[in-house]
Amino acid sequence: MKVTIDGHTIDVEAGTTILQAARQIGGDLVPPAMCYHSKVDNTGGKCRVCMVKVTAGSEKDPRPMPKLVPSCVTTVQDGMVIENITNPQVLEARKNVVELLLINHPLDCPVCDQAGECKLQDLSYEHGIVDSELVEDKRVFDMVDIGDKIKLHMNRCILCYRCVYLADQLTPERVHGVMFRGDKAEISTYINKAIDNEMSGNVIDVCPVGALTDKTFRFKSRVWFLKPMNAERNCDKCCGKSTVWMFGDEIYRVTSRHTQYGEVEEFICNTCRYDKKSTSDWTITGPRDFGQASVINQNNYVQELKKVVIKADKRLL
Amino acid sequence: MAEYSLSNRKVLVSNKEMTFSERLYLPAIMKGMGVTLKHFFGKKVTYIHGKDLRNYSSTYRGLHVLKRDDEGRERCVACGLCAVACPAEAITMVAAERLPGEEHLYREEKYAAIYEINMLRCIFCGLCEQACPKEAIYLTDRLVDVELTRKDFIYGKEDLVEKMDNRIDISNRQHH
Repeated sequence: MKVTIDGHTIDVEAGTTILQAARQIGGDLVPPAMCYHSKVDNTGGKCRVCMVKVTAGSEKDPRPMPKLVPSCVTTVQDGMVIENITNPQVLEARKNVVELLLINHPLDCPVCDQAGECKLQDLSYEHGIVDSELVEDKRVFDMVDIGDKIKLHMNRCILCYRCVYLADQLTPERVHGVMFRGDKAEISTYINKAIDNEMSGNVIDVCPVGALTDKTFRFKSRVWFLKPMNAERNCDKCCGKSTVWMFGDEIYRVTSRHTQYGEVEEFICNTCRYDKKSTSDWTITGPRDFGQASVINQNNYVQELKKVVIKADKRLL
Repeated sequence: MAEYSLSNRKVLVSNKEMTFSERLYLPAIMKGMGVTLKHFFGKKVTYIHGKDLRNYSSTYRGLHVLKRDDEGRERCVACGLCAVACPAEAITMVAAERLPGEEHLYREEKYAAIYEINMLRCIFCGLCEQACPKEAIYLTDRLVDVELTRKDFIYGKEDLVEKMDNRIDISNRQHH
């Protein structure tokens, strides 16, 4: 099926979503996604930041879709024409969606461990949202420990449901979900029952904001002071492929490897994540690459060095 | 060559012979010494560092202060933005979590357990002040003391955090 996104045409299989098609093209035209996660079933369609304009529905019926559609759950049709960053209506809508996501978000980035790798932080920065029109008080929850390794900071949650669906995917019975509705909705384990699944730590990695954080790394450092390295170990429970975040020769935390869209490549087990924090546990294979604009690359040697050529008479130098 | 001067500052150099008194040299020496001696009795222009108070510009950037809020709680949350903004890499910190019962000491759930500025590295550019999202660090018109060893120039929290009985006024600098 041929689809055109922001003027780029690509051939994709039937059943592909607009977001996946855009990711196959790559670059700036990929819509951001807060709730959709390709490795977690049923995610998507909640946060609305990936909304795009369909200017032609298909080849057979080229009428435009009347409203913006969420690209992560809309499948492509042959001859579909989609506008993302070229459409001012989309950008304006996205800006408003981000403002809505920030309604109850405390914006406590200086305190939050997710700062520097937070999708919501990137989005609010990109869309230049400084002031909110909200006059009501933000909702406030107490911090909760989910088990002894995960901290739930419900204030920061944007209710993307990624962690809920991941828990459904990993565990045979439901241990954790969203309680109450609307403004009162909150992520919760069922009556403070701890999540004791061997892969439960992955909810930290799928969380796009700082609502679920690693207690073994809590306030240890900021991500931009650490050097992320690809590391491997033989693990009988998971793939054993991770990113270790180092400061000098010390491993401060272990996370799964993330793609350029902030999605987990392969899930890792809790033993790898929480208990293997010595360099002797891991074989470090090389530096983990992050996008040029990422603050993680601050003072990092994976940043490309540019050679400056001074165009002047050689005799002068 | 014609005797013109566009700038009107042109001076013709003559090759005239020196007179006897000029050749003696001593009168010129005495005259020069006189100029020097005159300044012994005039107003001193030298300031002694740390002792004399000179007039600082209102935007002068000197010794840092870590401010407390009105209730005396430390504002710094150890977010690390000053350290990442610092071009001289003078700032280091270690964060810690506020325990229950410490709410009167620290404003937010995270605080700096260790906060050090190496005053020998610091170039007093003020970027830390600009980077700070919590209005915690400010540069003041105070001076860094003279020390005898290098390690004494590493200022910790005990030197940087303002004392409740000796609050540091930073408003003058902020109004400019």
